[in-house]
Amino acid sequence: MNKFVVLVLMAILSQFNVVSAEIISVAPEYEQRYKHILSELRCLVCQNQTVAESSSGLANDLRIEVKEMLERGATDQEILTFMSDRYGDFVLYNPPIKPRTFLLWIGPFLLLVGGIIFALILVKRRAKNITDNQLSEHEKQRLKDLLDEKNNQEDKNKE
Amino acid sequence: MVAEIGQFALVIALCLAVAQSIIPLIGAHRNNLSWMSVGRTAASGQFLFLLISFVCLTYCFVTNDFSVLYVANNSNTKLPVYYQISAVWGAHEGSLLLWVLALSAWGFAVSIFSRALPADMIARVLAVMGMIGIGFILFTLLTSNPFERLFPAAVEGRDLNPLLQDPGLVIHPPMLYMGYVGFSVAFAFAIAALLSGKLDSAWVRWSRPWASVAWVFLTIGIALGSWWAYHELGWGGWWFWDPVENASFMPWLVGTALIHSLTVTEKRSTFKSWTILLSILAFSLSLLGTFLVRSGVLVSVHSFASDPARGVYILGFLAVVVGGSLTLYAWRATQFTVGGRFELVSKETMLLINNVLLVVAMITILIGTLYPLFLDALGLPKLSVGPPYFSAVFVPLMLPLVVLMGIGPIAKWRRVPVKELFSQLKVFLLLGVALGIILPLAIYRDTTVMTTIGIAAAAWAILTALYVVLRLIVKRDGSTSIGKAYSKIPRAMLGMMIAHIGIGVFILGVVFTSAFSDQKEISVKFGEEVGLAGYTFVLEKVTGIQGANYQAMRGSVNVTKQAVPVVTLYPEKRIYTVQRNPMTEPGIQTGVFRDLYVSLGEPINDNEWGFRIYYRPFIQWVWIGTLLMAMGGLLGAMDKRYRNLSKANAKRNSVPHTTPT
Repeated sequence: MNKFVVLVLMAILSQFNVVSAEIISVAPEYEQRYKHILSELRCLVCQNQTVAESSSGLANDLRIEVKEMLERGATDQEILTFMSDRYGDFVLYNPPIKPRTFLLWIGPFLLLVGGIIFALILVKRRAKNITDNQLSEHEKQRLKDLLDEKNNQEDKNKE
Repeated sequence: MVAEIGQFALVIALCLAVAQSIIPLIGAHRNNLSWMSVGRTAASGQFLFLLISFVCLTYCFVTNDFSVLYVANNSNTKLPVYYQISAVWGAHEGSLLLWVLALSAWGFAVSIFSRALPADMIARVLAVMGMIGIGFILFTLLTSNPFERLFPAAVEGRDLNPLLQDPGLVIHPPMLYMGYVGFSVAFAFAIAALLSGKLDSAWVRWSRPWASVAWVFLTIGIALGSWWAYHELGWGGWWFWDPVENASFMPWLVGTALIHSLTVTEKRSTFKSWTILLSILAFSLSLLGTFLVRSGVLVSVHSFASDPARGVYILGFLAVVVGGSLTLYAWRATQFTVGGRFELVSKETMLLINNVLLVVAMITILIGTLYPLFLDALGLPKLSVGPPYFSAVFVPLMLPLVVLMGIGPIAKWRRVPVKELFSQLKVFLLLGVALGIILPLAIYRDTTVMTTIGIAAAAWAILTALYVVLRLIVKRDGSTSIGKAYSKIPRAMLGMMIAHIGIGVFILGVVFTSAFSDQKEISVKFGEEVGLAGYTFVLEKVTGIQGANYQAMRGSVNVTKQAVPVVTLYPEKRIYTVQRNPMTEPGIQTGVFRDLYVSLGEPINDNEWGFRIYYRPFIQWVWIGTLLMAMGGLLGAMDKRYRNLSKANAKRNSVPHTTPT
């Protein structure tokens, strides 16, 4: 029975074109770089997966491609450039620095610097301009109410 | 019949939402108490009818009523009952119904727990929540009616997406939605403050616990989503900087900023208009998140229901809410008083910088998430913005925040000498750096600069958080006992400590798991030994099993460490009977210091399989840390002063009193 289920399921799996998925073993000296490169490549036919994670046929082809390039002695950058030449920047999860990605890369740090400078200027100006005791009439009244209430409560507690 | 009752209840809820948004508002304007009180009644009624509607839909699922289109699309007679129930929010229409139910639940909660508030304030708050309710119930009815009939009825349902058949997905969406929608309360309070022009520290004390609780829900929701991804996607990751994850992370960051800014507004009655702006922003980002996920403009592994036509409605609604509230803000925010004085080095400034960092982090994620869309819209070549970008930009932004986290809680309000801070903290600085260097070397005999910095930051966060509270006990009066000194510590402070420790624990988990994880992806014959991180994995056999609504191949993997058996794991490859796509169900052994994680790849031949094994050190700390953050938030929200305040106000309000507007 078990054997039968396995056979049936293997037949079903074969429809997904994954049964023949080769497990690609990379020589240990390349392994670290191989993993790293795959994690920066986008599987183009999947929803949103890296080539390392995807089990699609295309991802499989790309894995073989990366492995072969590594063995031919290509550098990481050469492999990534090759991929983006072939598939466009869409394939790279790490967007390259180009005029049209300046805003993407520099924007956050500009905002940070701008935000902090703005905040500090604000603080400085406040420290100069504001004196304490700027309570409105309404607030003074309310403060008095609250204090009275608190005192009453404390009196009660003492009783 | 039940489906029609459900739909009818939805329409009644809409009518009640309309009443809730108009009558109390007029009442508040005219100072008419009976009109104002309509808000409470309508809010309770809206909740009741949405609950009826929700129960009806659930009933349709449980009874396999495939004459309802939504049920036929997302359920199946073979589906286990608990997944039939969670299938109610498994796709767009039902999750929207859950969204409005959550919204009305918050409205109902406000109407119950805020009896102590001035009547005009509560009237305005509930009116604003009613308006949001109208928007979303109308959206449900017009574009995404879950009760639509299918004629002729289907014989069998098309089943729930197999990816969603997981315990994590049963509770993840409700939590996440409670968080998203929970910010509507803080939002409504902000709008009410703008409308009435009253923003005193009492207002903050009403608004603050609501913001905290919403933040707690969102924290748990996000953590569950990540936990689900880890367990279900089958490749051992826990956060992918995926657009849908980002969509929930943005309101979280702003919510975190809001909680901190509310502290300043409460204690020093300053940062008022900024707090209001953050309240508006947090909810707007929740709406934006809903839009991004529901409209299908983003490509993601998490989104399962999208339709561009619906996107247009939400975008319109978003424009009305954001545009309307910002206009109101621009018009009225200048009227608030400026509050107390403080100097450059003070707790106020540090919390301000905290807010700048959190908001910049949010904008960064926003830019990263939307940049591909902008380029696309401009007709430029497509671009991907993925994890490498976010790690490169996000980490440098968060590091100063963690440093600040150690200093801020000790700093005094108004002014604090730098010397004093330094003399208190230098020990922890040294300890943190020392631990950062030693820990990775001691445990893994290896380290990098980033790992050292990360662990140092985590140690710093935990140690300083402990110090904030422990010094109150150590430096107590000679006469007070330890227990008494402890009981005197405000819960808000304990909560803060626990949440900050949680962040430290979280960072520890993230740093260790990203630095020292190991994995192998290989093909193995049955009985062949594979070594990874000191463990030996042997795939003994693969057997076929029959699940409730799926068939699976289950591998038995024996794990040993130096010939001592550790565990037997059972990863599965499932084929769900109806939808027929293969699903990977990893076998995981969870441990405090490491997870062992195996998943089956594809069969090569009769006795050889593709096989993925992962060694994930400290990964559970990621979720333990988030859990601590949530607990801290909850503890803070339960602080005595919020309860005392409601009692005091209840007394005052028992005599009907009116406040000048």
